[in-house]
Formats: sequence, C-alpha cells, structure tokens
Amino acid sequence: MVAGDAKPDGVAVMKPDNSALEVRGLTKRFDRLAVDGLDLTIHAGEFYALVGPNGAGKTTTLRMVAGLLRPDAGAVSIFGIDALDDPVAAKQVMAWVSDEPMIYDKLTPLEYLEFVAGLWGIAPTVSEPVAQELLSSLGLEAHRHERCEGFSKGMRQKVALAGALVHDPRLIILDEPLTGLDAVSARHVKGLLSERVRAGCTVIMTTHILEVAERMADRIGVIASGRLVAEGTLTELRQQNGHADTSLEDLFIALVTLQAAA
Amino acid sequence: MSSATALSWFARHELRLAWREWLAMMTGGRRKRTRAAVIGLLFFAAFLHVPAWAVIGRFADLQLPLDKSSLIVISATIFLAWTLMLSQAIESVTRVFYARADLDLIMSSPATLANLFSVRIAAIALAITMMALLFSTPFIDVLVIGGGARWLTAFGVVVAMGLSATAIAIAVTILLFRLIGPARTRFVAQILAAIIGAGFVIALQVAAIMSYGTLSRFTILTSGTVADHAPDVDSIWWWPARATMGDSEALLLLLALGLVLLGSVMAIFSGRFADTAIDAAAYGRSGRRRAKERRFRGGSRQQALRRKEFMLLWRDPWLISQTLMQLLYLVPPALLLWRSFADSSAALTLISPVIVMAAGQLAGGLAWLTISGEDAPDLVATAPLTPSSVSRAKIEVVLIAVAVIFSPLVAALASASPYQAVITGVAVIISAASATAIQLWFRVQARRSQFRRRQTSSRLATFAEAFSSIGWAATAALLLTLPLAGLISGLITASLIAITWKFSPRRE
Repeated sequence: MVAGDAKPDGVAVMKPDNSALEVRGLTKRFDRLAVDGLDLTIHAGEFYALVGPNGAGKTTTLRMVAGLLRPDAGAVSIFGIDALDDPVAAKQVMAWVSDEPMIYDKLTPLEYLEFVAGLWGIAPTVSEPVAQELLSSLGLEAHRHERCEGFSKGMRQKVALAGALVHDPRLIILDEPLTGLDAVSARHVKGLLSERVRAGCTVIMTTHILEVAERMADRIGVIASGRLVAEGTLTELRQQNGHADTSLEDLFIALVTLQAAA
Repeated sequence: MSSATALSWFARHELRLAWREWLAMMTGGRRKRTRAAVIGLLFFAAFLHVPAWAVIGRFADLQLPLDKSSLIVISATIFLAWTLMLSQAIESVTRVFYARADLDLIMSSPATLANLFSVRIAAIALAITMMALLFSTPFIDVLVIGGGARWLTAFGVVVAMGLSATAIAIAVTILLFRLIGPARTRFVAQILAAIIGAGFVIALQVAAIMSYGTLSRFTILTSGTVADHAPDVDSIWWWPARATMGDSEALLLLLALGLVLLGSVMAIFSGRFADTAIDAAAYGRSGRRRAKERRFRGGSRQQALRRKEFMLLWRDPWLISQTLMQLLYLVPPALLLWRSFADSSAALTLISPVIVMAAGQLAGGLAWLTISGEDAPDLVATAPLTPSSVSRAKIEVVLIAVAVIFSPLVAALASASPYQAVITGVAVIISAASATAIQLWFRVQARRSQFRRRQTSSRLATFAEAFSSIGWAATAALLLTLPLAGLISGLITASLIAITWKFSPRRE
C-alpha cells in the first residue's frame, strides 16, 4: 500500500542518497527573522527530535518542510524530491500532524480515515483494514462510528495521528504530538511511532518534553533563534558540551543560554 | 460581598460580555475597527430612515379610534416583528446554553445559582430588546416626525415585545431540552427559529395566493372575511396596536404583562436553566452520535474531497435550517406557479427574481462553508493535490447542491413558460457562480462553527454578495419584462462583481 514507493512521474530529483529530508539555507522572516539559513539532514529510517525554546523556529521550520508555509529562501528535498518545485510529489510521501488536532467534528474516526486515504489516492481495499487496525491500536476501536464532536483533545489527537499514518507515509512530521495526551495515550502514540521507525519510516518531531526526545530519538537537533545550535546523538551532544553525564535538560539549558548570550 | 452587590456585579459582567460579543461580531474581532463599526452603524441607522419612510411614512397620520382593517394590519405587523424577535431569542438562548465557556466558574462559585441565572435571563432579554430597538428606531422616528410624539409609546411596545419574546424563547428551549434532550435541541431549535422567523409572512402569502391569487399579504389582512372574524375593536387583542399609537393605558398593561411573563419564567426556569446549561455542556463532552457502518468507497482524490464536503454539509444544522428557510420562502412562488399554471398570469414573473436571489444567497453560504470553513486546513494543504484542484472540487460541491435544490423549480417553470425557465436557469447559475466567486476571492481560514460571524471578515465581500444576488434577481425580472433594462441591469451587476474582484486580496 505504500503510496510513495513508486516515485511519481516528473519528479525533480535533487540528490540521490539515503537522506529522507535535506534542508539547505532555509530562511523565513515574519516581523523578525524566524528561521535563519537553517541546514538540516535527516536520514531515512531515523527518529529525529527537534527541540528548542518557545519561538525558536521549530514549528515554522516544519511547516515549511510540510509545504504549509513558503520559505523566503532555501531548498527542501524529501527523498530526493524538490519539495518547493514539486510539492504534490513531496506531499505524497509525507504526513503532517500539528499540535492542535484538526479533524472534522461531524465525521466519525473511520469516515475521517476514509477521507484521508481518498486524498492520498489509496485504494479502499488497502486503506480500510489499515484504518481499522490503526484505530484499534490507538484504543479508538469502540468509538470508530461515533462523530468526533464529543471527543477529548487526546482522542482527537489520536484520530489526527491515525490520519497521518493511514496512507503509510515514508516521512512523518509531528509538531508537539504529545501535548494534551494522558499517560496511556502518550504511550500508545510513542509505541506506534517507534513501530513505524522500526519498519523503516522516518520521523521528525518537535517536543518540549525533553525526556521523550532523550528516550525515543536517534538524533536530537537543538534550535534557537532560527538556527541549529547543536545536533547529534545524546552522547555526541554531551561530548560537544564537555559533560559526559549530564541530562538532556541541562544540556539544553546550557546550549540555549549560550545562544541567547551570543 | 453582599448578595445584592454580587448580583449587580454579575449583571455588569453579563452586559460586558454581551457588548463585547456584539462588538466582536460588528468588527470581526479587530479592535481598530471599533470606531469604523460605530460610524458605519450610525450611517446604517440613518440610511434605514429612507426605506422606513417609504414603507410606513403614510401611516403616521393614523389616529385612534381605528377601524378593524387598520387594527388588523398594524397588529399583524407587530406580530410579525414579534415572531422575528422570538426567532432571534430562541437562537440566542440556544447559543448561551451551548457556547458559554464560563459554566464551571459559575457553578463552582458560592453564589446562589438561581439568582445568577435569573440575571443571565435578564441579560438575554436586554440584549434582544436592545437589538429590536436598534432596528425599530428608524421606523418609529418616521412615525414620530410625521405623526407626533404620541408614537413614542411604540418604543415601550418594542420593550414589552422583547421581554415576552425572551420569556417564551427560554420556556420553549428548556421544554425542548426536557422533551428531546440536548443532542436534538440545538438542531430542532434552529429549525424552529427559522420556521417562526419566516412562517408568519409565508402563511399570510399562502393564504393570499389561495384566496386572491396574489403574493401580497396585505390583500388577506384587509379583506372583509378576516375583518368579519376579527374580535371587536375594544378587545384586548388590539392592545399592542393601540399602545403603539399612543394609548398609554394599553402600553402600561403590555409592559406589565411582559414583566410578569419574564418574571414567571425566571422564577420557574432559573433553576432548570442551570441544569439545562450543564446538560448542554456535558453533551459537548459526552454526547456522541453514531454513524452507520459501511465500507470505504473508492474514487479520485477530488471525489474524496467532494464526498467529504457533501457529508459535512448534510450534517450541518445551520445549513439544514437555512435551506429549509430558503425552501419555505419558495413555497409562495411555487404555489403561485401552480395556481397560475393554466392562465400563464403575469404574476408568474415574480417567481424568477425570488428563485435567483435565493440561489445566490444559498450559494454564498455554501461557498463560505466549503471554501473558508475548512476545519482541517493543514490536512488539505499537506495532501498531494494542487490548491486549484482543491478549490475546483469545493466549487463543484456548491454548484451541484444549488442545482439539486433549484432544478425542480426551474423544470416546473419550464412547463408553464420555457422562455422564463431559460432566463431563470441562466440567472440562477450566474447568481450562484458570482456568490461563490466572491467567497473564493475573499476566503479566510475559519472554523465552520464561526459561520454566524462570516460577514465580519470582509464587509466588502458581504455587500458584494448581497448586491450580486439582488442584481441578478433584478436582471432576471427585467429581462422578462423590459429586456433592454435587463441588459443594463446585468451589465451593472457584472461591473460590480468585476470591481469586487479588483479590490479582493492578492494571493500567491
């Protein structure tokens, strides 16, 4: 069912390597510079966590990657597809989940998933069992025929996540996906994401919960004032900062404070 | 804080909320627009004096005592205004039940809930009455200027109407809650508001058509048959009419009646108001409607989008009530069509503008819901479709819905007058397309639930949409009667739409 396995016709190929996402010189200015010439490379099959203080440019970066915001300058390549040149082909292989679950109140979770699968052009014979399985693994099976209007934020977030997974994307971009989830729901979501990464999917996620980044991510990027100030595995970050046994929280505070002082 | 102080504080709080809600609706939530909104409102109120003069200026000299026919016409007009107030009040009460986010705070406070909700009921009554006063002032002004200060008592009648309309709206809504539960009340109340708002005029028109073959409701009101069956001139049924014309005794009685009615509703229902509000709030958290189990359907991406839009439109309570109202307004012309079928009466011409205008208005609402009222904009924007194919699918939905609703009427018209049917059909398409285009040019991201405030996002789009519907309706009517004037009207309307496009925001 992988919609993006076969590369669509006419795709503008930038670089045939194993990178899932390549960002070069990405820049966006609103009333101030939000993202400042950002370079980022995320490998296929990697779980990448982007952390940073409020207003650092995390969400703006990811919204540009997802095609929701046009950058002022720079290039974005998704599995070799130039996302600015051929956004439709790039969107075919990725999924976006925002921190505020945007679903339709008057649709049931199953109807929502049917709609999303239809938008990505997945055959119903393929998408229906996947949708049922996703709802079941996210604990929404009993609610699959209920309209979403009465759902809690956590339930809505899970429906939105199921929507992101129903078309089997190769790159999943999540902006604070665990916000507002209870412990059980958060574990469901984390489990599902880890499972996807094990199956070869690439996940890039912003989070304020440093413990999640520490536990789940293969690599962590620290962003401040629109720039990537540090990047690597937790061990590499510790080495870069000269503290072998410090926590990610301490590292994060040290890096952000250093950037603010600069 | 004493109980009385707490209540006056809560009353101030309620009034402040009502004022800010109203201001936000007028300004689209932009503080900088406040002055412009106030100036615009004053201009609008001043402008309303012109149609008010045209409509009721000639009645300013009327003096008591009146004959039965005059009393019937005045009473029917007052009753019509009252039904509109009642319709507005039912909508307001339902909104308060479902939308206010301060219930937890109020319920957890140490104040007596019955008292707090009595204040809330009074605040609703005040808001309804103020709105009615705002719209009735130009009409009463015209009567005062033309007929003297005795007409000032009409303001008192408006207040009495506001009090009674609010009282009945609260009683009806709470009874609906008890009878059919919170899940259905919101939907039923919206339908009820639509029917009450339009029902009286339509009923009069239907009676006039059935009895005299005309759309004019005054024909039935001034008929001898109605006068024969009406109560005597000194009956209490004429109190509102007499009070309006300066009978202070009747006015005092009406005001007392309104106050007693509202007071009784406060005494009986303020406790239940709290329960009902809690039920409504709880419904938002736990009430869930189930859909039938069925298999996933295939098709293109655009088909998936269209299917989703149709499903959401079908499940939209506003749309159902709005469409019902449009259909209700079409009942009299349809009836006229049926009655005039044999003799091809000139009255048939009246049907075309009604149909064209209804199509334009409905298309505008549908277009806002599908184009601007997208609840999952990120999902649609990150889907592998070009923005133009998304817009195209949404526009198709609007035009298909309009076609489904209006085709039977145009087809019926074709049986009576093929030429008129062609003109009407083309005008329906142009009117619907124009309204949809305006919504597309002025689209802003919003939630579907913000539909009530859609007019606030762009005044230009709102006026353009209204002028477009009126313009194409006038064009259709003129083409059937004075073709040259119809062509000129069509050119003017097309120019207005072109100017609107010129002023629309530029997009990438």
